[in-house]
Amino acid sequence: MRARSQPGRSIAAHAILIAYTLIALFPVWVIVINSFKSRRAIFAQPLAIPTPETWDLVGYTTVLENGDFFGYFLNSLTVTVASLFFVLLFGAMAAFALSEYRFRGNMLVGLYLALGIMIPIRLGTVAILQMMVAAGLVNTLTALILVYTAQGLPLAVFILSEFMRNVSDDLKNAGRMDGLSEYAIFFRLVLPLVRPAMATVAVFTMIPIWNDLWFPLILAPSEDTKTITLGSQVFIGQFVTNWNAVLAALSLAIVPVLILYLIFSRQLIRGITAGAVK
Amino acid sequence: MTARRPIRWHIAVFLAPAVLVYTAIMIVPLIGTLNLSLYRATETGPQFVGLGNFRTLFGDALWSDAFWNALGNNVWFFIIHMLVQNPIGILLAALLSSPRLRLAAFYRTAIFVPTVLSFVIVGFVWKLILSPLWGIAPSMLGAVGLKGLFAPWLGQEGSALTALALVSVWQFVGIPMMLIYAALLSIPDEVMEAAEMDGITGWSRFWKVQLPLILPSIGIISILTFVGNFNAFDLIYVAQGALAGPDFATDILGTFLYRTFFGFQLQIGDPNMGAAIATAMFLIILAGVCVYLFGIQTRLRRYQF
Amino acid sequence: MTTPLRLAILASTILAGAAHAQEPVTLTIESWRNDDLAIWNDTIIPAYEASHPNVQIEFAPTAPAEYNAALNSKLQAGSAGDLITCRPFDASLELYNNGQLSDLTDLAAMANFSDVAKAAWQTDDAAHTFCVPMASVIHGFIYNKTAFDELGLQEPKTVDEFFQVLDKIKEDGTYIPMAMGTNDQWEAATMGYQNIGPNYWKGEEGRLALIAGTQKLTDPQWVAPYEQLARWKDYLGDGFEAQTYPDSQNLFTLGRAAIYPAGSWEIAGFRAQIADSFEMAAFPPPVPAAGDTCYISDHTDIGIGMNAATQHPEEAREFLEWVGSPEFAALYSNALPGFFSLNSTPVEQTDPLAQEFVSWREECQPTIRSTYQILSRGTPNLENETWNASANVIRGSETPQDAAARLQQGLDSWYKPAQQ
Repeated sequence: MRARSQPGRSIAAHAILIAYTLIALFPVWVIVINSFKSRRAIFAQPLAIPTPETWDLVGYTTVLENGDFFGYFLNSLTVTVASLFFVLLFGAMAAFALSEYRFRGNMLVGLYLALGIMIPIRLGTVAILQMMVAAGLVNTLTALILVYTAQGLPLAVFILSEFMRNVSDDLKNAGRMDGLSEYAIFFRLVLPLVRPAMATVAVFTMIPIWNDLWFPLILAPSEDTKTITLGSQVFIGQFVTNWNAVLAALSLAIVPVLILYLIFSRQLIRGITAGAVK
Repeated sequence: MTARRPIRWHIAVFLAPAVLVYTAIMIVPLIGTLNLSLYRATETGPQFVGLGNFRTLFGDALWSDAFWNALGNNVWFFIIHMLVQNPIGILLAALLSSPRLRLAAFYRTAIFVPTVLSFVIVGFVWKLILSPLWGIAPSMLGAVGLKGLFAPWLGQEGSALTALALVSVWQFVGIPMMLIYAALLSIPDEVMEAAEMDGITGWSRFWKVQLPLILPSIGIISILTFVGNFNAFDLIYVAQGALAGPDFATDILGTFLYRTFFGFQLQIGDPNMGAAIATAMFLIILAGVCVYLFGIQTRLRRYQF
Repeated sequence: MTTPLRLAILASTILAGAAHAQEPVTLTIESWRNDDLAIWNDTIIPAYEASHPNVQIEFAPTAPAEYNAALNSKLQAGSAGDLITCRPFDASLELYNNGQLSDLTDLAAMANFSDVAKAAWQTDDAAHTFCVPMASVIHGFIYNKTAFDELGLQEPKTVDEFFQVLDKIKEDGTYIPMAMGTNDQWEAATMGYQNIGPNYWKGEEGRLALIAGTQKLTDPQWVAPYEQLARWKDYLGDGFEAQTYPDSQNLFTLGRAAIYPAGSWEIAGFRAQIADSFEMAAFPPPVPAAGDTCYISDHTDIGIGMNAATQHPEEAREFLEWVGSPEFAALYSNALPGFFSLNSTPVEQTDPLAQEFVSWREECQPTIRSTYQILSRGTPNLENETWNASANVIRGSETPQDAAARLQQGLDSWYKPAQQ
């Protein structure tokens, strides 16, 4: 019943998509191929793929001798996953309360929570740091998780409450008729329906957390708690003229994110399309 | 709805975790910071000056010139995103959502890749590619006979900001693409089929049927872009440093704030003036969000199904 | 509202404090010298720990651009390390005035340093010293000697000769005459303006006159360095506007550029990158006319002080005494050729290029960077403005006169030398 395939249009679509895919992937490609080449070859022919003459792993050996990239990666993963979990759980709960119930102060609480979208949390750095020092949380991943949870909540509440307003009342009222508690309605009926929105929020929340440089630098700069973004920044700072090492460090920072993303992207798309299946 | 029950504890339970974490970790420290904008450091300790810091910020040419320059640059940064990032995102999403497109999953995944990269990587990579010395951009332009078009874009006042805005577009185009893609997929099949029955297909179906239906998503994307752009900092900082060269041509509010609040090199941080700038930024963003919430969103609502 | 939170915080702090009491003492050093991480870990720290088994030293550097902001936040919150690497002059003075750096005037090792060496880390009346001076850096020009020999060029002594050399390199076309970019701005100011400037403003004489208000940045001797910088433009590589500091370093070490306006701190890195591919040498900034006294920027750049809030003041002071000793001076300057110890005991330099730089101290008058002492205390900040102006002048987007006038105007807006 859908559109008959129109070869001309389809080719044009592929042409545009391929062109954009190349633009998107080209810089990553340049970094990765050059990380395997000798210093002279990097400068002489930056676009050539490594050949046996130009093949050189010196960058990788330098990097692996000087930093625990696997440890950094685990730290980043722990922080991101834990923060994401809390943002989604707390955010969805609050969004549900705001979109579902009429109560005094509803609008006010909504605006209060939305304020956080507008100010960079970085401005509160000194007070946050003082709090973490007092709580003995400096150089722990917990400090980062707390900050990122607070940072992610406003946007999560904002997006999720938009979507939750569209969940049909009939369904919820039918649930209430069946004697479901409000908690059961939220967890069993509403949450599954807003999965696409949850996936959207997850992406929005995950990226800035994974890529943040500032709070790891201030709150958890120790060797044991360094995230991969901080680890690669320190590394780049240290070896800035040593392009072999820098390119290798960048490749090592890119690859785990890509793998994580490839795993996650299936969930993301499944989440998005699940909402579209009628 | 459920308005008759006396105390609905579940509302408190639903709200409590978010409100508590958010208040303790975000609002309390931020209020502390904004409060600073009303004080000035003196020999004898902080002194309350009311709106004095704002008078300096807008009245003293040394400060106000820098502020308006940063604000102007920031507006241009936002315009580029609205004119380039969002249309490209919509186009890509429209193409991806066309039925029976082969390799859709591959394209979708690949185009989103830059979004997951950190600013450290993005800034460094593009500086390398656009570097006149390493020669990737010049030699690629040379390969198509356009070498004459190459210029050290990041180093020239006229082009540096636009170049960086386009790098930012490159990085973030995946976000509007994904959101629009999700919105397009959620349009009911019946609507699309009805359009097809009426003989509306291809681009005209996109313009007449799909676009009106995804307007609310475009609205959300626009406001997120606005908020994101006016809080932007990292890319400029990574690529051009805190002095946002050349000659402050790439200085946006975020870099101006950072420099003032935390200081830079020999310049000692001025948390009071920094807080004043932060407050001004907050008000600008608040105004934008209000325009969206009360002006645009209510009108867009009508199209929702 | 926050009282229960505070109590919880308090309780956990006490518990955490009790748990730590028995462990051996670890001293953490805050620093912006992330380039030196390997040298501290492999050379300096083992040397100290060998004689002090009860102390462990951890060198924890932050990237230079973030150092000040990160350090200030950590100091305010109380999470900074025990030992603080000190920027010269006002940045550290501010920390001392805030009570964040301890007074080290009574440290025995302070006797090992001259008044000039200590000036960068003292109160204005020189009554209190708060950091142990570590090293100074000297500006000059490093060049590719192999290329000079190939083209039959001599080290230039005067500005005219300097431009003749640049013209010849440009004419020949094999090499980019000079490796410098304006993207990062500080290169233009530090390796450009502060490198060649002292020859015009006569080093300390001009610097102190500027502070006293008897000279202005619009005077000819202060505009002249900008006029020379404006002429540099023609000798820089294509697209120098977008060239970053690492780009410049790579251009020179890959042998593509002939001259590199330098600071002596480059020596170690350049040695490693160049290996044996060509020979490098250095000349001091050329003088305006033959026979003029030469002046060099011998800038007191790095010191180390003690966090006033440290839990281990005794161990930290003991470490600082060691940093002030001739033993440390020899260890440090030879591990990092180009960072010249400020210790009064002369250090035997082993690196020939470092020897060359340090030899200029005998023929030329040393001074420090003009913008560092006092003049960068207000807003607009003269040092940061100088970065911007130097880059603008080299790019040709501002004339030397306009730049000078703007800097003086900015300085006048907050600095009143008469009240000094």
